[in-house]
This record gives sequence, structure tokens and C-alpha cells, in this order.
Amino acid sequence: MSKPIIKVENLSKRYRIGAKQEGYKTFREAIMDGFKVPIRNFRRLRKLTRFDEEFAKHKEHSARPTALPHAVAAMASSQSDDAIWALKDVSFEVQPGEALGIIGHNGAGKTTLLKILSRITEPTTGEAKIYGRVSSLLEVGTGFHPELTGRENIYLNGTILGMRKAEIDRKFDEIVGFAEIEKFIDTPVKRYSSGMYVRLAFAVAAHLEPEILLVDEVLAVGDVAFQKRCLGKMSDVAKEGRTVLFVSHNMAAVGGLCPGCIYLKEGCIKDFGPANSVILQYIGDFKSTKQISLAERTDRRGDGRVRVTGLRFLDTITHRPIESIISGQDVYIEVTYESYDSSPAPLNRVNIGLGFFTTLGQFVMVLNSEMASRAFGSLPREGRMYCRIPRFPLMPGVFHIKLTLVVRGAIADQLENVSVVNVDAGDFFGTGIPNDYRRQGVYVPHSWSAETPSVY
Amino acid sequence: MKPFVHIRPKKGWQAVDLGELGQYRDLFYFLVTRDIKVKYKQTVLGGLWAIIQPFFSMVVFTLFFGKLAKMPSDGLPYPIFNFTAMVAWIYFANAVTGSGNSLIGNTNLISKVYFPRVIIPLTSVLAGLPDFLIAFAVLVGMMSYFHIYPTPMTLFVPFLIVLMMLTSGGVGMILAALNAKYRDIRYTIPFLVQLWMFASPIVYPASMVPEKYRLIYALNPMTGVIEGFRSALLGTVAFPAQMILVSTTVSVILFTVGMFYFRQVERYFADII
Ligand SMILES: Nc1ncnc2c1ncn2[C@@H]1O[C@H](COP(=O)(O)OP(=O)(O)OP(=O)(O)O)[C@@H](O)[C@H]1O
Ligand SMILES: [Mg+2]
Repeated sequence: MSKPIIKVENLSKRYRIGAKQEGYKTFREAIMDGFKVPIRNFRRLRKLTRFDEEFAKHKEHSARPTALPHAVAAMASSQSDDAIWALKDVSFEVQPGEALGIIGHNGAGKTTLLKILSRITEPTTGEAKIYGRVSSLLEVGTGFHPELTGRENIYLNGTILGMRKAEIDRKFDEIVGFAEIEKFIDTPVKRYSSGMYVRLAFAVAAHLEPEILLVDEVLAVGDVAFQKRCLGKMSDVAKEGRTVLFVSHNMAAVGGLCPGCIYLKEGCIKDFGPANSVILQYIGDFKSTKQISLAERTDRRGDGRVRVTGLRFLDTITHRPIESIISGQDVYIEVTYESYDSSPAPLNRVNIGLGFFTTLGQFVMVLNSEMASRAFGSLPREGRMYCRIPRFPLMPGVFHIKLTLVVRGAIADQLENVSVVNVDAGDFFGTGIPNDYRRQGVYVPHSWSAETPSVY
Repeated sequence: MKPFVHIRPKKGWQAVDLGELGQYRDLFYFLVTRDIKVKYKQTVLGGLWAIIQPFFSMVVFTLFFGKLAKMPSDGLPYPIFNFTAMVAWIYFANAVTGSGNSLIGNTNLISKVYFPRVIIPLTSVLAGLPDFLIAFAVLVGMMSYFHIYPTPMTLFVPFLIVLMMLTSGGVGMILAALNAKYRDIRYTIPFLVQLWMFASPIVYPASMVPEKYRLIYALNPMTGVIEGFRSALLGTVAFPAQMILVSTTVSVILFTVGMFYFRQVERYFADII
């Protein structure tokens, strides 16, 4: 095994989130308090940056340096309730040329990790060694000044991202071409459309040539086409043999780009390994928190005559719920619903539709009861509906499902993101070789032959 | 292989890494040009502001201190006596205000990318130079109008300019660092600048201060700068070498302290800003 290009050891970061403010009880108190405020404010502001005393206190208990994680744990449990550990005792290594995904829920510490590795902020304890030139992209267009022209901003932003002037001179035409803003290059960027602005910003970032690239959730901006371009460029970077650390909530992007992946949870590494299995674990966590609440979810539309309370995938043979589907597998989708409508025939002419979307929001396919088997004539007040899908046709990846339930032509219940499903590589065509074509599309049953088809 | 970058919590006082600063000189350059270019965008008078500010201050001071209060001016016409000081003072006031507020004005840079933070307050110090040079040109014009010719000591003017920048930089770094944490500084700066102005020989000559207190007076580095300017350009008094020496020493100390203090607190700028 070659030498790691990034080596992170027991990295921890502690933030003060600012002490809470107490409310006044009486008018007199409020007045008296006015005089105490400066002192209290001063203490509070000073405390924002001080952990040393507390840390030293705990260090005494554990004199040996190897006991550092222990000290961290001790500090974590200390009473100061306005401090949080954004990262706790994180260790990992990255090999040169590796693309590593970092996933986790909001507030898991992903950005904090990148900020430490790019030296924007210091760790509280622990260390990291980096053997290469780092560029970090926590946002596109950092330092863009609205009053300056496109040209001026390219130079400013480029140098901010760590390029030299000579380097930008060399790549200038390429950057402008990539952004497709030739005509506006000498216009102040405040006159740009937001699309042009983002394109220009990304064009500059795309022309960085670091050995190590740290990328945060920059794909969150811009339209789908733009996100696709970002991803394309990012995978080029990875293919060129650069080391990439890629933070994203887009599992398809992480899965497609990064062979390895870290799953951060509340500042700790929850899982580290091959991207597929780590993503599954993440989605598993995600679903277990999501599915309990499907009945309680309020982000739904429709007249509420019927509410969907559960959605599961079942194996057609065992009828057991399955966590992730294999392409080509026969599956049932089970939809549980209930209705509070007391009118005589509440559930007449029911139609249910399940739309499958890529993580970039691209529509892939729909399962619609009216289309496939005519609408349900009449249904009990509560119960289950089953959809059978022979040879599940989606390619490996992660898909979001949108559910729409229509009763007598009116939308009764609609959930934008009712569930997330992970599809694993499988043998759709029955050739004996699992197919791992990660393009977030569908397989169509077909065959090839060199013989002229005979006419019947 | 030695680590290219070793990230760990830093303890104790750190010196500024000059080698690294050199690597980032292009960024420094573009930030300075940004500040210069942006300053007068969408203004009607543009670069004229560089003249208006010191000129009208001078007019007002001439009326009140020169004409009404009959303030002594080392035997020179009050307008040029005052304007010479004003050129340096306006630069100082703008540079200190600019760099004192620079960190909180560049929050997005600091929380999103790494670069030696000290570039930010120093940018404001450099970005004020074009204005200073414009005002200085006006000063030269006024000198010829009043038929005043520079002394050979004018050779020291570049040194005085460096001294002026050094002082601004030192004060600016300290204020910027404090400002990141305590926003009170933002409201203190205008007030501080105003008080400092009256503690510097701007509306009055240093010769008004009793001889034995002059060197104490020169602990204010702007005293050395301004008196130096007047003596070298206008030939008011003999070149105040001793005062300038005191001022220079204080200025160097201020700058050094500023740099170390800034380095000390810059480690958590990104977290609290
Ligand atoms: N400067 C700061 N001061 C105080 N707390 C902070 C600061 N920056 C981050 N935090 C806290 O640290 C934790 C981790 O934040 P971080 O930004 O790393 O999360 P994340 O994984 O990037 O989340 P997201 O997916 O929403 O981007 C959060 O609880 C956040 O509130
Ligand atoms: Mg984040």
C-alpha cells in the first residue's frame, strides 16, 4: 500500500454555540441588568474562544498523550452546555488518487471536517497531515464582487482559490469559454443573470489543478443541467488521478463518483468503507427515521380524504420487506392507507401513482394503477394496495418516490418524497452477469441477433 | 517525507510566515486592486473624493483654527500648514478605519477559504495609497502656489510614508483582530480616530508642546510623520530627527505587536465571525 496523501488522527472540533440569554422577570431587574450587561457580554464573548482552562483541567487526569481521546470524552461530558462537538475523534486515511465521499445528515460535521483540512479553522485536538497542494471548494464564487467585471472577478476568485496570476492568464480563455459568457466578460457581474453568475463561478473552480480537492455541497446551487456539468467535471478530476474529498447529500453522485465513503453521524465516523455499503447504511438510518413518521408527515397535499400511512417493498416469494432492491428482482410494493371519510362510498374510483425520480430530480418511470389495471372500483376504509413489478427495471442507484392518490378525479393525498429506494446491481437480463450500469435509467427487456427476423 | 501541511491545534505565539505570504502575493495584489477599483464605482466625483476630503477639512480648519482661533502655524500660511498634515492624516484615518473593519467586511472569504488572514487588514493599508498620492500631488500644487520650495530633507519623505503605513498597519491589525470578537470596536473606531487627530499636530504645530514634553509627544507615531512632512517639505522647523526616531520605534513596536496579536487570534476568526 502506498503512503496516504491525507492522514487524519483523532481530529476533534469543538464549537461554542453562544450562551443562552435569560429573559427579564421585572422591570427593575431589566434596568439593573442594563448595567450588568457589558460584564456579562464580555464574559460571553471571551468564552467563545476559550476552551483551554477546561481542557487543561481534564488533561491533568489523563497525563499520557495516548489518552487524548479519553480527554475528549471527558470534556464532552463536562457541563458546559453551550459547547458542542462538531467532530469527535475522527481518524481516517486517504490514498493518492482516491475519491472519497463524505455523507451524513445536516449538522453531522461534514463541512467542519473540510474546513479543518483546508486550514480555514483549527482543530480543537488531534492532527492531520496532508502531503499535497489543497484546494477547497466550500462554495462557488467565493469573493466575487458584484461591482467588478467578469474578467476582474476571474482573477480575484482564481487567486482566492489559490491559483497564481500566470496560471489564470494561461487558462483565461478556457475559463471564459467554459462559462459561455464571452460577450459579458467586461460587464460588472451584478448585471449577470444568476445562471451566468454561477456558470462563471464554477468555470473558475473547474480550472483548479490541485493535488487534493475538497468539495462541499456546491452542487446544491444551479439547475439540473448545471449540476450535471459539475458532476461531469468532478468525475474528470477524479479520473485525472487527483485526490477528491466530496461532501454531498446526493447519494447517486457520491455513489457514482467515489469508490470509498465516510458516513459521519453527530461528529463521529459511523461507517467507513466501500461507498455502496456505506450509502446503504446511511439510507437505512434515513428510512428508519422517515418511515415511522409517514403517517404523521404533514408535508402532503390533497383533500385528505385518504392518507397513505406506509410504503414498503416486499420480496415476492418470502413477502418479507426488503431494504434495497436488486435490478431484475420481482418485487411487491405495499401501500398502507386509511380514510376518515364517513360518507357511504368514500373510496370509489381510486387511482394510485408512484413516480420514480433520480436524486437530481429527473423523472424516470411511473407505476400507475389506472394505466396498468384500471382504477380500483371500491376499497375498504383502510387496508393495503399491492403493486407487483416483475423484473424491477431500474438501474443501480438511489431513487426518490413521489406518491399521488386520486379519488374520483380529485387528489386525495400526495407526498413529494414518500420514500427513498436503493437499487443494487443485479442480473436484469438473466445473462448470469450482474450489470452495474450506473446511469439512473431503466432497463428495457430486449435481445440482439444477427439473423433476419422471420415474418409470420 | 515531511508533511506538506501539518494541521494541529497551535499553541503559543506564532510569527507571520513570510514565505507563505510571498506565495499569496498575487491574491494580495488582486485584493488591493479590488478595493481601489470598487471604492469610487458608481460615484459621480470618483477619484476627486481623494482631494475633496482633505481639502475641505483644511478649509474648515483654516476658518476656525487659523482665522478665528489664530492658531500659530510655524510662520507659514495656515492652509498649507494644515493641508500638509491633512494629507497624511486622512490617509491614516481611512487606513485604520478600513483595516479595522476589514475582517468583518470579508466574512465570506474568511469562512470559506484559507489564506494568510493578515492580508486582509494590510490590504486596506495599501489600497489607500493612490488616494494619498493624489492628495500629495495637490499638496505639491499648493506649495508652488504659495512659493514654498522643498528642503533637501525631502529625501526622507519616502521613509516617512513607510512610517505612516507601518503605523496604520499596526493599529489596523490590532483593531481588526479585536473587532472580529468584540463588535464594539466598530463603533469605537470613529471616536478613536477623532481623539487621535487632536493628539497629533494637525491643527496646531508640535512647537506648541513644551520642549521637554516633545519626545513624550512623539510617542504618538503620527507626530513624527506629520512633523517630518512639514519640516521636509515646508521647512518649518529643523528636521525633528529625535522625534522621528521615537515615533519610528513606537511604530515598529506597534506593528510587531499587531502582527503577533493578530496571529494569535486569527486561528478562531472563521469560527466566530
Ligand atoms: N462557527 C460555528 N460556531 C458554532 N457552531 C458551529 C459553527 N460551525 C458549525 N457549527 C456547528 O457544528 C455542527 C456541524 O456543522 P457542519 O456545518 O460541519 O455540518 P454539516 O455536516 O456540514 O451539515 P450540512 O449537511 O447541513 O451542511 C453543527 O451542529 C453546527 O451547528
Ligand atoms: Mg455543510
